[in-house]
Amino acid sequence: MSTVTTSRSIKVTINGTTYEREVEARKLLIHFIRDDLDLTGSHIGCDTGNCGACSVIVDGSLVKSCMLLAVQADGATVETVEGLAHGDELNKLQQAFKDHHALQCGYCTPGMLMSATALLRANPHPSEDEIKKGLQGNICRCTGYWNIFEAVKAASE
Amino acid sequence: MLLREVGYARPGSLGEAIELLAADDGARALAGGQTLINVMKARAGSPDALIDLAGIEELKGIELRADGTLEIGAMATYTELVESSEARARPIIGEVCAQIADVQVRNRGTIGGNLCTSDPTNHLPPLMAALGAQMTIAGAGGERTVPASEFFLGVYMTAVGVGEVLTKITVPAGRSDGFAAVTLGVEGTCIASAAASVNGGVTIALGCVDAVPVVLHPGSVDEDAVREAVRDANLDPPSDVHAPSSYRKHLAEVLAVRAVNQARS
Repeated sequence: MSTVTTSRSIKVTINGTTYEREVEARKLLIHFIRDDLDLTGSHIGCDTGNCGACSVIVDGSLVKSCMLLAVQADGATVETVEGLAHGDELNKLQQAFKDHHALQCGYCTPGMLMSATALLRANPHPSEDEIKKGLQGNICRCTGYWNIFEAVKAASE
Repeated sequence: MLLREVGYARPGSLGEAIELLAADDGARALAGGQTLINVMKARAGSPDALIDLAGIEELKGIELRADGTLEIGAMATYTELVESSEARARPIIGEVCAQIADVQVRNRGTIGGNLCTSDPTNHLPPLMAALGAQMTIAGAGGERTVPASEFFLGVYMTAVGVGEVLTKITVPAGRSDGFAAVTLGVEGTCIASAAASVNGGVTIALGCVDAVPVVLHPGSVDEDAVREAVRDANLDPPSDVHAPSSYRKHLAEVLAVRAVNQARS
């Protein structure tokens, strides 16, 4: 019989490294990633589930990590923006963002990259509408959407 | 944001979940959390404990019976409903789920969570009411079945009581369905919606114009009959920053016609 507790020990594999930590049940996954593990690539933009800056991939599925408790990710495999580059070498998508000037302030970029990663993994050659739909959950307040769109399109070619 | 302190349990069976929910009337079932976690951030709700339903196999899956009836586990996500070949037996379900929020929310949000929230701006309550879905609710005393038209009791209130869990949604066979909504931006918050089903009789369920879906049975699919049925309902929708009552009332009539036209096409 499982019992109700206000904290518990969780085991989460992030970008290939397994972390075991005691966390409070009230802790959001984004805070676990940023504050407990010091993986500060994933950002908190709105904290209301609207902006998508905190997007990460949990067990292959794109989610907003501010709308998930860390305890819900117990046993999960998580991918964050830190896992994209190979050492100092940007991956194809990151390089496309750089080449197409797909960031201005860069705050939304980690979330955009993770959404685009999930999109291209499921659909390597998306149509223009599918790219737009794939990035719908991510807000860029510099409103540089066009270059982000161009970058994802280039990475898919 | 730091939430208020809360307990958490992840039971492995429905029986355990019911026991945990019955033990504390401040405990709440946690499905996908795409509403509840934000409600907790805003302090609009502060459950004592969250009973996470994610580990319960019997709440998952989408099955198509030989007679065309769809059985949807309450923990089926919107994405699963969009991608499921079984759910295509009633195509409107996937079509509407594909219009909910964004990829991230669709990957986590569940049909059961959506229905149990009974938020008048959600698409699935009117859709399930129009399709004539049956809701199976399990509690310590066993299972009971409630038709969707009687499931929604008010804003954020449903027939699911303390110590109970919505386990599955059963949708009868049929293909002639429609849905129309006016939202804030593409796939944003709903201002008004209408779902229609023309399988035998005509059923319309209007969303966002009352606390719960308004179910109507116009005599025919003709536009005049549909408009008359909506007018006869004497709707008194709420006004808010997005739309005055009169505009919602106007939309209800227009959207009912659009939904019926899609259903009969």
